[in-house]
Amino acid sequence: MTFLRILPWQALLALVLCATALLNLPLVVTDAGAAAGTAWPIMALLAAAALLPLLRLPRLFEAAFLFVAVHAAAWLLIAAIAGNEGGATASFFALVAASWLLAWRLVTVLSRMRPRARGLDILLRLLVPALFGVWLLILWEAIVRGAGIPFILLPPPSLIGLRIANSLPILAADVQQTIFKAVLVGYALGCAAGFAVAILADRYMFLRRGLMPIGNMVSALPIIGVAPIMVMWFGFDWPSKAAVVVIMTFFPMLVNTVAGLAAAGAMERDLMRTYAAGYWQTLFKLRLPAAAPFIFNALKINSTLALIGAIVAEFFGTPVVGMGFRISTEVGRMNVDMVWAEIAVAALAGSIFYGVLALIERAATFWHPSVRGG
Amino acid sequence: MTDRLRDKIIPVTAILAAIVVAWYAGSYAMNAPFQRDLDRRAGVTSTTWEFVAKTMSQPKPTLPAPHQVAVNFVENTFFRKLSSNRSLVYHAAVTLSSTVLGFAFGTILGIAIAVCIVHVVTLDRSLMPWIITSQTIPILALAPMIIVVLAAVGITGLIPKALISTYLSFFPVAVGMVKGLRSPELTHLDLMHTYHASPGQVFWKLRVPASVPFLFASMKVAVAASLVGAIVGELPTGAVAGIGSKLLSGSYYSQTIDMFAALVAGSVVAVLLVSLVGLAGRITERVMGGRPA
Amino acid sequence: MMTVKRAYSLEACIGAETDLTADTVIRAKGLDLTFQTGDGPVHALSNVDLDIGKGEFVSFIGPSGCGKTTFLRVIADLEQPTGGTITVNGMSPEEARRRRAYGYVFQAAALYPWRTIEKNVALPLEIMGVSAAEQRERVKRTLDLVNLSGFEKKFPWQLSGGMQQRASIARALAFDADLLLMDEPFGALDEIVRDHLNEQLLELWARTNKTICFVTHSIPEAVYLSTKIVVMSPRPGRVTDVIVSTLPKDRPLDIRESPEFLAIAHRVREGLRAGHSYED
Repeated sequence: MTFLRILPWQALLALVLCATALLNLPLVVTDAGAAAGTAWPIMALLAAAALLPLLRLPRLFEAAFLFVAVHAAAWLLIAAIAGNEGGATASFFALVAASWLLAWRLVTVLSRMRPRARGLDILLRLLVPALFGVWLLILWEAIVRGAGIPFILLPPPSLIGLRIANSLPILAADVQQTIFKAVLVGYALGCAAGFAVAILADRYMFLRRGLMPIGNMVSALPIIGVAPIMVMWFGFDWPSKAAVVVIMTFFPMLVNTVAGLAAAGAMERDLMRTYAAGYWQTLFKLRLPAAAPFIFNALKINSTLALIGAIVAEFFGTPVVGMGFRISTEVGRMNVDMVWAEIAVAALAGSIFYGVLALIERAATFWHPSVRGG
Repeated sequence: MTDRLRDKIIPVTAILAAIVVAWYAGSYAMNAPFQRDLDRRAGVTSTTWEFVAKTMSQPKPTLPAPHQVAVNFVENTFFRKLSSNRSLVYHAAVTLSSTVLGFAFGTILGIAIAVCIVHVVTLDRSLMPWIITSQTIPILALAPMIIVVLAAVGITGLIPKALISTYLSFFPVAVGMVKGLRSPELTHLDLMHTYHASPGQVFWKLRVPASVPFLFASMKVAVAASLVGAIVGELPTGAVAGIGSKLLSGSYYSQTIDMFAALVAGSVVAVLLVSLVGLAGRITERVMGGRPA
Repeated sequence: MMTVKRAYSLEACIGAETDLTADTVIRAKGLDLTFQTGDGPVHALSNVDLDIGKGEFVSFIGPSGCGKTTFLRVIADLEQPTGGTITVNGMSPEEARRRRAYGYVFQAAALYPWRTIEKNVALPLEIMGVSAAEQRERVKRTLDLVNLSGFEKKFPWQLSGGMQQRASIARALAFDADLLLMDEPFGALDEIVRDHLNEQLLELWARTNKTICFVTHSIPEAVYLSTKIVVMSPRPGRVTDVIVSTLPKDRPLDIRESPEFLAIAHRVREGLRAGHSYED
């Protein structure tokens, strides 16, 4: 039984699951009671992928074969269940589990690779989490369709994708209203105000001592609760949402900037003193550059807060456009796929916003140990 | 003590006083147009002081004066039966229960995920990027859907709200805990290596103690997030109970004083929760023999 | 550039008026400094009398806590004395600092990581309002002086510790102050690099004829570099001995094996031992 020792546990378990699937055929039962879908090609693919380590191929070949086999199996499984939702038998789920285990095996193999070439390493670092995300979607799709969960409760990713493709104009209008008006305006105003007050607080010790404890406390408060009040004051359109965003982003910027301005070392400050440098010279040449990592941290925290603030504020009243408006009304109509589409767009927007900030940060604080990796 | 008075108490009190003064000024400025309109229609002329007093005693002001909010808050907190629908203690307790439940789940889940990520390379490389990315996503947008979908399958009440709180609070804990478990310096790890310590021993004797400050710091963030989750989770349920529903019903009927009082109640709950977590952290660190900071 | 020039002409006037101080750069009389700390007062400097003349290379040596760094910081107006008087170029330390009378080199290089080496050296010049062309010329000259030509565009973290410290010396030299204050500048470097930098520093001192105050805790370093060695002892920080070196100005590294060198080193060691109480 030497092969037991050579095979990884995922492969062994996958083989066991394939065997169980064999005993419980057919794969899928249609509404009419007939068997649907052919299990054989799927099982052959999976068994071959599981037994692959016995051949002792180079890692790269093993990974490549696993990649093709598990995704082909997953595609065949979903193709078999599509149209026969809810008709999955135990064998279907056994094969889904087997292919997931082999995908896990694939990710393990890829995680252990340490390629010398820099480009290849970056590719791997992107590929591994991407595979994780793809398999999350595959399992979601297979389980929702296999178990026959009503699409009205939890639509499969394919339907959400279809919905996104079919409602691009609506989504674009919502993004325009929520992100390009409320979020960006509020974010810019809130961050600028927080920064300006931080400089003031830095200049006047009394102000700093009074504001900092308050600022730190406010960051723990559910500020989002001011949303209904802002809607009442500034009306249904985007200015009220921008106001919420201003309030939410102000304090993180204030607290982080003040902390950052204190970050310059004692020796560096003494150096400026020996040059008899003035307050503004010290600020611009030493303390602001030293504070940059803190300021970018606040900018990044605020990017998420701004989106949350604008979307939640729209739950309290909007004109008939906007991401928060769409989410709350479509939930009411039980158009859950539209809600998911909107959430996917919000997630994408949030990631892009954050990613752009992170790129600017890398360029601006290239000297910081966390960026240059030293 | 005098240092504390000079460095903290006086400046904070001064700033708070300035905020209250600005608030009064703001409430006069924002309520005056409506009051003027009212007076003109009623044909009333009043002295300046009478007019100022009137702007600060409207039943539904645009911006209620601080004392109006304070009176409302005190009345609804201390002088209402706990079962009353107007009792802020009742609403706060409803929100608090789902916050605490969600926070407890979230913390346990976050720690578990962090332990897995630190020990399994595959998870570190595949799951960690998603945890970081998911922090950039407005997760709160999911809240109404979770509530409605769970209600459709018959799950209502505490659990859906607690789930949202769990969801919001496990991210900070997981990220903070991963950082904490990885915080021991290389020399400390090398020292354990020279003792031929087992992975379990390294974990319990080095990684866990090193991670405690990180854990409590992230738990403070998590409990605040958890409260926000619970409040937002109360919005789509049609304003039944809780601080969130109080805010929503206040906005339906323009009861600004009620809304501000509910906001104050939410803030009090937040401060209490964060202070409690902070206190627990300090006690734990003292028991573990940490330096008093 | 204008401001720097004006500062020096003024200083020359003051020097002419008070003939006594013409050759004295630093004059301390009965200098006292007590820090108030959480554990009660710490007597960092007690009744320090010291004169430092133009062109001298003075080392301050002693165990930690003896106030040698504190004394340097008082000269630089980074600490205020609580008693006694001190003048720098005949003025108060604050006035001297405002006139950019000295360059200061810290224990660590303290280069700004977001600036290239040439930008770091140009930093004091930017603050003092020197024209861009003049800046370029001076940066080039001072980097030449510390043998760092060719590294202008590098960032500090791309250089070795010794090179970083050389860059920080260049930065202190860039604005041509006649006084150089150095606080254990080579303390964090290994012995081989240190020897090399000591040699270069002596060469630089000979070429520029600056007055240098140098804090160290290494006896060989103090003896090798100095024309005058100030031995200090702690609790309270005070001067226990001032040794005037008899070594010639031209000093190859192997002078450290000569009997004369060893005799001075011995006297320094004796001074340190006498000032050091063994009760702790």
